[in-house]
Amino acid sequence: MSVLVDDDTRVVVQGITGGEGKFHAEQMMEYGTNVVAGAVPGKGGQEVSGVPVYDTVHEAVDEENADTSVIFVPPAFAGDAIFESLDSGLDLAVAITEGIPTQDMARVNKRLAETDTRLIGPNCPGLITPGEAKLGILPGNIFSEGNVGLVSRSGTLTYQVVDNLTNRGIGQTTAIGIGGDPIIGTDFVDALELFENDPDTDAIVMCGEIGGEDEEEAAAFIDENVDTPVAGFIAGRTAPPGKRMGHAGAIVSGSGTGTAESKISALNDAGVPVGDTPEEVADHIEEFLN
Amino acid sequence: MRVSSERKLAGFKQGRNGPSNGMKLHEYQAKQVFADAGVPTPDSQLASDVDGVVTAAEEIGYPVAVKAQVQVGGRGKAGGIKLAEDEDEAREAAESILGMDLKGYHVDRVLVEEAVDFTDELYVGITMDRGEGKPVAMVSTKGGVNIEEVAEEDPDAIAREHIDPAFGMHPYQARKAVYDAGVDQSVARDVSSVLTTLYQLWDDKDGADAEINPLMVTSDDDVIAADAVMNIDEDALFRQPELAEMEEEAAGGDDLEQKADEYGFDYVRLEGNTGIIGNGAGLVMTTLDLVDYYGGEPANFLDVGGGAKADRIANALDMVFSDDNVESVVFNIFGGITRGDEVAKGINEALEQFDEIPKPVVVRLAGTNWEEGMEILNEDLVTVEQTLEDAVQRAVEYAEEVSE
Repeated sequence: MSVLVDDDTRVVVQGITGGEGKFHAEQMMEYGTNVVAGAVPGKGGQEVSGVPVYDTVHEAVDEENADTSVIFVPPAFAGDAIFESLDSGLDLAVAITEGIPTQDMARVNKRLAETDTRLIGPNCPGLITPGEAKLGILPGNIFSEGNVGLVSRSGTLTYQVVDNLTNRGIGQTTAIGIGGDPIIGTDFVDALELFENDPDTDAIVMCGEIGGEDEEEAAAFIDENVDTPVAGFIAGRTAPPGKRMGHAGAIVSGSGTGTAESKISALNDAGVPVGDTPEEVADHIEEFLN
Repeated sequence: MRVSSERKLAGFKQGRNGPSNGMKLHEYQAKQVFADAGVPTPDSQLASDVDGVVTAAEEIGYPVAVKAQVQVGGRGKAGGIKLAEDEDEAREAAESILGMDLKGYHVDRVLVEEAVDFTDELYVGITMDRGEGKPVAMVSTKGGVNIEEVAEEDPDAIAREHIDPAFGMHPYQARKAVYDAGVDQSVARDVSSVLTTLYQLWDDKDGADAEINPLMVTSDDDVIAADAVMNIDEDALFRQPELAEMEEEAAGGDDLEQKADEYGFDYVRLEGNTGIIGNGAGLVMTTLDLVDYYGGEPANFLDVGGGAKADRIANALDMVFSDDNVESVVFNIFGGITRGDEVAKGINEALEQFDEIPKPVVVRLAGTNWEEGMEILNEDLVTVEQTLEDAVQRAVEYAEEVSE
């Protein structure tokens, strides 16, 4: 079992004719993902690595029954590409693109509330159900099948923690990178709810970072609604206020909100142990499972 | 903080510049933008030498305020803003402010501005509420002080109105925010009008924050923007060419941060002596945290971004070696779209040009093509560790050895 993606997922890749889109569409297929179509305006009728390309996402849905899109469209056009995926009735849209203007995402966010489509990202590595399918750019070979759900704001930090787990023989149900932007679709609370309701997920790792209040909200949600044990990690303890640490969302404001201390103490108060190192996170998960 | 629009358009996943929360315009630039949109602003002129200040003051008419054009808060308290009643005072103010070091920034320009005689100071601002995913308009009668302190100590003193980004701000919302804040009726209409214009600007120009603090109220019940803050979303600069040009003018920061701009790295300089290079913001932050956890002090945050090729890796090493505080470097790459062989090539390239390696470099490679990377990496030049934890500890030890 898994959440959001499995080997039945029918994927349309928006931007499949671009260098990154093509490379990662191939990587996804190699991993076993069912990529059924590409969508690129002006490129309808072409084929990329055996996958038919359509001019619009709507056509990909009509012709190939696509139910999920993965978006590799440059930032200037990515907001529009997300709108297109939301308006074509897909179940899930995964936006990998980094650097989408925040105001575009505010408009997307407004539309999200009006549709049934779930958005993951933007500025995220995507998600993977080991052994079944991956959507995005995660390196499939570091993941393994198992019973730990993982949700993270950061891509490479996800890989690090997965590596610590996999080295101990602990596999994953699904790993979700929710992205490092200030405005994202699926947040920690949404992902935690999915894992809580997944009978095969026996423990959850949640990797947060400085900036915003999503981790605090997640802590409150865990306290009230999550019985599955959760271990946490928070990146950015040493970040000075007012400096953006790479991710557009990773910034401690001048007034001190969004600090690592606030997030760690909120999680601890909700009974979530927070590792000082990725290795300690794996220690906690191992304890939960034994 | 320069962002090339070509790079933005071409790449879907790249390392980005800009450690700050948006591109900040100088006060004089923001005032120009506000004035062009119809916000009342005091008469002002930019000057860069003492005679220029005096000439500007004569033209504007005394009294004037002489204001340092640097992007730091609390300029007044730090001596960066002075009032001048006559030529002697203008000269004196110019001499003391021009060339001064204001919280680490060199002052080379001042704004000479008509001094406004005010009866009241208000605050108006627009920002993105990331929790709600919506813009929010804010109004307060507690202007002229640090609004973040007001927000903390007396949150009810700030009226807030969330705006639907698809519709924009309805006129009633501007009125409501102004009345909710308790702004006097005699100026409520003018303040609403300023707030409406401010939202328009924020929306049109891809603002991150747009603020007037204080918005002064005069004895004639006029309102006038005595200060102006406009921060632009860096990710939107590709469609704001005029503002991108202003950014060139506004660019500042220390030499290392400028160098990082040229290389196109996400770079933040810190105080410590352990240099850090990695890929991905979360993992680089984690590496900083581990340096601190193991008793060291991080010298910097440097994210090479996703998919970095050998030359970019070499540039990253050059970047960190340029910081005199750095005594050791930890290079931590967990490859997803970044490949271990490219990283190893870049490290060799950067280090083979030295007769003697300037500072010890500890390398940890994992993920995509790490085995290929390990075959390529010249292990005579670096120390290799298998895990993140071991790599950080080794780099901290090296830095300590040098410091002793």
